[in-house]
Amino acid sequence: MNFDISALYKAVPSLFWGATVTLRVTILSIVIGLVIGIVAGLARVWPNAFLRAISSAYIELVRGTPLLVQIFLVYFGLPALGLNLDPFVAGVIAMGINSGAYVGEIVRGGIESIAQGQMEAALSLGMTWWQAMYHVILPQAFVRILPPLGNEFIALLKDSSLVSTIAIAELTRTGQIIITRTFKSFEIWSGVALFYFVMTYAISRVVKYSEGRLRYSE
Amino acid sequence: MSEWIIEVRDLNKYFGKHHVLKDINLRIRFGEVVAIIGASGSGKSTFLRCLNGLEPIQGGEIIVDGVAVNGKNTNLHKLRQSIGMIFQNFNLFPHMTVMENIVLAPQKVKKIPRKEAEAIALNLLSKVGLEDKAYSYPSQLSGGQKQRVAIARSLAMNPKVMMFDEPTSALDPETVNDVLDVMKELAREGMTMIVVTHEMGFAREVSNRVIYLDDGKIVEEGAPEEIFYRPKNPRTKAFLSKVINV
Ligand SMILES: Nc1ncnc2c1ncn2[C@@H]1O[C@H](COP(=O)(O)OP(=O)(O)O)[C@@H](O)[C@H]1O
Ligand SMILES: [Mg+2]
Repeated sequence: MNFDISALYKAVPSLFWGATVTLRVTILSIVIGLVIGIVAGLARVWPNAFLRAISSAYIELVRGTPLLVQIFLVYFGLPALGLNLDPFVAGVIAMGINSGAYVGEIVRGGIESIAQGQMEAALSLGMTWWQAMYHVILPQAFVRILPPLGNEFIALLKDSSLVSTIAIAELTRTGQIIITRTFKSFEIWSGVALFYFVMTYAISRVVKYSEGRLRYSE
Repeated sequence: MSEWIIEVRDLNKYFGKHHVLKDINLRIRFGEVVAIIGASGSGKSTFLRCLNGLEPIQGGEIIVDGVAVNGKNTNLHKLRQSIGMIFQNFNLFPHMTVMENIVLAPQKVKKIPRKEAEAIALNLLSKVGLEDKAYSYPSQLSGGQKQRVAIARSLAMNPKVMMFDEPTSALDPETVNDVLDVMKELAREGMTMIVVTHEMGFAREVSNRVIYLDDGKIVEEGAPEEIFYRPKNPRTKAFLSKVINV
């Protein structure tokens, strides 16, 4: 086997730069996804049936279509409506909207995993639905939401390779570009994989750590 | 002010097609202690949950402290402040200390300042015999201790009536009496109480009136000695012979 380590070594600065773009895309998408997802998740359990229906339609639609198609829809489709987005912005928006649906399901699942009796006890004390949610349900749900949320962040980081298709020079795209120049497929893809792994591993450590900090015995 | 804290007229409750409460009529005076007995599935919990608006009703009317529970403009949150509710499985908030459990609603709902709320809480904790547990978490308490905390938490809202849904059925036998003692003390102080219970001894000793619920209907009601020693309805007799060994 010949593995040209020096080709990989030379590619590291570029790959590193690509990885920072991947991180930026992912972090911005996570932020958008969290905001949308928390709202969508709360709406799914809200006493108002209309809000529940809207949120559930959003979640079903997004989860029922491929992320790649969603990215194309935002980047190539929106210009038809007169909305021309920069690839980076389009990519982040598409991924954020996509992630929002998954985070929404995670939030809903976390809330619903808290025994109904908790809400009833809070309401019986005279709290409003929102007070009960905020002080009683969400703090407990959060502990359970964290692990699946960590998985979602990791999935999102890996899925961000799809925005390479709309010419965002993130990690995957950077790898492709280097290979067209050097033809060192095996070496470069190994390097790309390693960079992804380091980032996902870091996320999973951070999530594990915060889980440990938050755990209370039930 | 009327002499009735609770008035229930022709209450009907369905879960889908399942008719769970049938034409219930009941009035409860301020200061009365009413025990509700009946087989599992007869509708006792559902009845309590209707009284504080946790369950919508399909017919009739419920008035608590002069307010229609199911009225269009009723502020349920306000009304529930005067109705304490104790659950079979406590429903303490596991992520909060005993103290935080007790001061949460007074602080957030009644806007009582923290210091004041804590003083009230300590007072109530000593009343239920748990002042040394103020900074424990629920998971560190026995069942009987949890239920006494739940009672203190409810009392912190200064309710006009306390409802108990089988407060001792989830407890180890040796902790049942601690809870019953707290409830007896409450009754002595004149608290209006509605207690769903299988503790017939407690019902006999403490209640002014016993209601026997059978398949969603009030089949018989009366003073405890009437119900326990001279039940008129054959269904009441059959039920009592199963639960009391006299
Ligand atoms: N949320 C619910 N949905 C549907 N049926 C219910 C619900 N809660 C209770 N029931 C039914 O209503 C009847 C009365 O239940 P419940 O009030 O819990 O009885 P009890 O407290 O006397 O054991 C039972 O047949 C039970 O299965
Ligand atoms: Mg019950």
